[in-house]
Amino acid sequence: MIVGPRPLEEPSSGLAARLASAGVGDRVYRVAITLFAACVPLLLLLIAAEIARAAWPALRTFGFGFLTSSAWDPVNGAFGAAPALYGTIVSSIVALVIATPLAIGVAIYLSEFAPGWLRQPVSFLVDLLAAIPSVVYGLWGIFVLIPLLRTHVVPFLKDTLHLGATPLFSGPNYGPSMLAAGVILAIMILPYISAVAREVLLAVPRSQREAALALGATRWETIWGAVLPYARSGIIGGVILGLGRALGETMAVTMVIGNTHEISSSLLSPGYTMASLIANQFSEATGDLHLSALMAIGFVLFVLTLVVNALARWLVWRVARSA
Amino acid sequence: MPEPIGEEGGGMANAIVGTLILVGVAIVIGLPVGIGAGLYLAERRGTWLATTVRFLADVLNGLPSIVVGIFAWQFLVRPVGHFSALAGGVALAAMMIPMVTRTTEEMVRLVPVSLREAALALGYTRWRTSLTVVLRTAMAGIVTGALVAVARIAGETAPLFFTALGNQFMSTSLREAIAALPLQIFNYAISPYESAHALAWAGAVVLIGLVLVVSVAARFATRARFGHAAD
Repeated sequence: MIVGPRPLEEPSSGLAARLASAGVGDRVYRVAITLFAACVPLLLLLIAAEIARAAWPALRTFGFGFLTSSAWDPVNGAFGAAPALYGTIVSSIVALVIATPLAIGVAIYLSEFAPGWLRQPVSFLVDLLAAIPSVVYGLWGIFVLIPLLRTHVVPFLKDTLHLGATPLFSGPNYGPSMLAAGVILAIMILPYISAVAREVLLAVPRSQREAALALGATRWETIWGAVLPYARSGIIGGVILGLGRALGETMAVTMVIGNTHEISSSLLSPGYTMASLIANQFSEATGDLHLSALMAIGFVLFVLTLVVNALARWLVWRVARSA
Repeated sequence: MPEPIGEEGGGMANAIVGTLILVGVAIVIGLPVGIGAGLYLAERRGTWLATTVRFLADVLNGLPSIVVGIFAWQFLVRPVGHFSALAGGVALAAMMIPMVTRTTEEMVRLVPVSLREAALALGYTRWRTSLTVVLRTAMAGIVTGALVAVARIAGETAPLFFTALGNQFMSTSLREAIAALPLQIFNYAISPYESAHALAWAGAVVLIGLVLVVSVAARFATRARFGHAAD
């Protein structure tokens, strides 16, 4: 029997067949994951379209005045978003004022000062703050935070610091208030801001720190003068991201803000946010226009958070790209 | 099971079952879509679609949960005319998809190129390389991401308000209103009765326990096999 090289045709044609079938498999795979990826924009479009469609009757009836009117009269069919818009923005600003310095402090400590063994557990605990369900924050807000504010913090602000004369802290405090909502929100957005700030601070190049130290700067001056300015736009991005969270937060705010459709200059009086207005009235909406007005509030909230989030992502992305 | 107001005792077995069902529905819908989209982002990262999807996933991630809730109501409850567990599950899935998409992308990107090249050099086709080599290597990280997402949606209340609605009775049907832990806690918390407040706190402990167990499990899943690469 002659032992010769095996004919070439057989394996090569097998290979060709395999390559051909691989081409089909690859194409199917590519189409499949492309379709999955396309689901994300489609979902967002669907959400926008459905809400816009439901909000259209109210937006058409009230026009731009919807944003500036403070009427909310289901019986006579007059609706305006102004108090809810005001409450959303004010409670979020209160939250940012409290949370931003704390969050940046936590981030600076964790990235610059904390010993290695402490870094992991502390950042884990801070991250865990973000994992606590919103409704649990609300529960805690009703039974712990509000009594605490009423019996200790508000008397301190009014009697010791004499802030009662300023419009911000005037009037009586019954319990549920804009201030309570702001404090709850501050605790809830703190982990988001500090996580981004920590990441951005860690992305600051070593050379930046070393150069400052070499020039004789103290550690404090290094952080304040060389590290923070470098990380500034990224940190601002994190703060705006936190703002996005605060604007849309629903349950905890609904439970502590008091739900009153009024604009009041005092942080001690109750108010409304857009999210809590929807949560409160949606299931009891009387008539199509009322429902549509709530959908319109949802649409305004949608657009507002969209803009805020896009801005935040852009800022963080700019720093990440340069790092 | 919840007792009528005024009765002693009472529990939340129906709410715990309801939450598990809702989260189950969200996982069945959200996980494949999220992982598929994440694979796309990691493998075809330069394309305009990838850039768009990545940005929109982040935007979707920042969308208030109440907005997702009224969307699900308008889309799935209004046309049918009744509340359903399915609508609640879909709302939760809509929140889960962007989270899973982004973590999958990040985890797949961490898989060394050499591994992919080795598989291709051995004659594996691209799709088999992706699914059997790359995805399996990244699996621990993806599981972590999925668990984190589950922990977050399990505690969500706002998307369920107008979709799953809540239910005083044990229900396991996807076509009917269903109870959920966060909804039950909320209802107990805003009720004027002392005994209901106690139940709200008990429910909160169960819910936090659930979320904590899932979060810690996620942490360990990451450490066990992905160690240095994650975080």
